[in-house]
Amino acid sequence: MNNSIFRYTLRLADNLLILGQRLGEWCGHGPALEEDIALTNIALDYIGQATYLYKYAAEKEGAGRDEDQLAFLRDAGEYGNHLIAELPNNDYAFTISRQYLFSAWYRLFLLELSESHDQFLRGFAEKSLKETTYHLQHSGDWIVRMGDGTEESHTRIQNAIDKIWSYTGELFVPDALDVLAVEQGFGVDVKSLKEKWLSDISEKISEATLRLPQDQWMHGGGKAGIHTEHLGFILADMQFLQRAYPDAKW
Amino acid sequence: MSTDDWPLWEVFIRSKSGLSHKHVGSLHAADSKMAIENARDVYTRRMEGISIWVVPSSAITATSPDEKEILFDPANDKVYRHPTFYDIPGDVEHM
Repeated sequence: MNNSIFRYTLRLADNLLILGQRLGEWCGHGPALEEDIALTNIALDYIGQATYLYKYAAEKEGAGRDEDQLAFLRDAGEYGNHLIAELPNNDYAFTISRQYLFSAWYRLFLLELSESHDQFLRGFAEKSLKETTYHLQHSGDWIVRMGDGTEESHTRIQNAIDKIWSYTGELFVPDALDVLAVEQGFGVDVKSLKEKWLSDISEKISEATLRLPQDQWMHGGGKAGIHTEHLGFILADMQFLQRAYPDAKW
Repeated sequence: MSTDDWPLWEVFIRSKSGLSHKHVGSLHAADSKMAIENARDVYTRRMEGISIWVVPSSAITATSPDEKEILFDPANDKVYRHPTFYDIPGDVEHM
């Protein structure tokens, strides 16, 4: 049980750390000062959430590793984040579309996780729900603003949603650990989130005068440690210091 | 994308119940909803507030510096207008 909670918590944290790191890349490059701050705020929210989860995972693992070692000393194959989190930011439309589709899923995930039998995960979910609801509102407003904006913004946001779509399937496909987590009462039945997610995003997407992509083949593998070529580059950036100067502190 | 076309908004924050909203700065936003969200992100990240007002800067009418003397100087020597001759009970907050 401790081991399954460890692995489950770890890969949830991986999602947040990697997406947080991606959003952090916008720091100083946002399309407007205010948006720059908004995005880095979201990045910091995620990195804060990841820190909580890594600490708890380290405790459950009981192998003497701490949260920093979990974040900075694991290689790509040991990362269990969904592929959607590691995709490069591309343009602002892409970043916002990913943020919106992910936040819509993550909010539903946290709503379920707040019923977890694990007291820590339950508390974590309740606490993180507030900021996640804000992230969803922020990115959702931009979906409408860009979708229902100029011809160019409409085209860009539609293209972005079309490109990201094949990375959303993974969010709803349970693997053995997900099944175990549901059986043991601490995890979320991700398959059950799909219908609500689709209806939530359909509403926003039609408000934005956009269309939902058609059913198609979906990417997978992130949870099993099979990643896109992009993850290694993020880790190289993120882990350089700890790798070059082990145990560096400031 | 540029913010050239986004109008300027003035941001007012109420830091806690019982206090009035106070001007904290300005920002650019396309509409009032975005102005509220931007204000939340720019001005309340360190628990500075519990309520936000945003007002289009263009809606503010200001006094002219040229009028400073006629508007404000006459109050200079009217010390009796200050309620300093009363003791305020300690329980009265935020006066």
